[in-house]
Amino acid sequence: MQTRFASTLAALAAVASLTSLAPITAGAAEYTQVTAAQSSIAFSYQQMGVKMDGQFKRFAAQLAFDPAKPASAKASFDVELASIDTGSADADAEVAGKPWFNTKAFPTARFVSSSVKPLGKDRYEVAGTLTIKGQSREIVVPASFSANGNAGAFDGSFTIRRGDFAIGEGSWSKFDIVANDVQIKFHIAASASAPNGNRK
Amino acid sequence: MSAPYTRTAKSLHWLMAVLLIGLLALGFYMHDLPLSPEKLKLYAWHKWAGVSAFLLVLVRLAWRIGHPPPALPASMSRPMQLAAHAGHGLLYVLMIAIPLTGWLMSSAKGFQTVWFGVLPIPDLLGKDKETGELLALVHKSLNLLFVAVILGHVGAALKHHFIDKDGLLDRMR
Repeated sequence: MQTRFASTLAALAAVASLTSLAPITAGAAEYTQVTAAQSSIAFSYQQMGVKMDGQFKRFAAQLAFDPAKPASAKASFDVELASIDTGSADADAEVAGKPWFNTKAFPTARFVSSSVKPLGKDRYEVAGTLTIKGQSREIVVPASFSANGNAGAFDGSFTIRRGDFAIGEGSWSKFDIVANDVQIKFHIAASASAPNGNRK
Repeated sequence: MSAPYTRTAKSLHWLMAVLLIGLLALGFYMHDLPLSPEKLKLYAWHKWAGVSAFLLVLVRLAWRIGHPPPALPASMSRPMQLAAHAGHGLLYVLMIAIPLTGWLMSSAKGFQTVWFGVLPIPDLLGKDKETGELLALVHKSLNLLFVAVILGHVGAALKHHFIDKDGLLDRMR
């Protein structure tokens, strides 16, 4: 009786230690591949009091994110500005022009992270430099991370001011028609690198 | 001269005459403008004025139910009286249908209507390019018809005044 109890206890302890280890093992995965097809970078703004939204269809990303070591995470994004979809062909053509993005001279918007601060509960604060149209600004982006095995996703939103980047010059530079604030909302799907890559 | 329209009916008639002619002129003018802050502003104003015109026509119809308009002159033949009633009926149908198609078109094109930038009018339709283009064509066609019916309306009023001299126009003064 005594021995059976002891072995049951031992088995329970083993199970408990396995379950407690499991998240750590999962967390050891490093997410390095961005799945562009399942990601989105959308924006919204106010135009004459009306909320408008759109998205960028193409971007490239470099990512290294290990949930166990968030402070050493790195990310950079290059968003192809000509891939904008504002919802109207007129506006798509307009914003490619010189007063807006001037995509011929500045084809991409670039974000490079400088630090990642864990806020707890899968929430992070990503600081970095955003460069659009030759103008660089330090920004802080809140992001939450969720993982499902090898697939992970970052979600978050932040606000930039188009005036900071000279987006909309000349007759567009006043903010009474098209507002200064632009909300960026992102969903970045990523997968962990193949486990055999870590084998010795 | 038969009994005049009520003062309220007269005020609504002339207020809407000015508003609708302005809306028509603005609509045809802004349509071909290159994209600019001015164009976005004019579109917003057109939509605000269009919603206002729609509300005014509802007020007008409600008033009309409580205060039937004076009878047409007995000197008018039966077919002409029918034509006059049909013309007025068509004006009311268009005053209802045109703002409705404008609102639906805006939704289908992905530009919600927010009255005076404050009161959002719900989108009945989701964003869809083909629906948007179809509704734009309907909105435009109805407006061309509206212009034709307004010209007929003005022409008929002037004929009553200057040719028939039956005092019909004075009822709306």
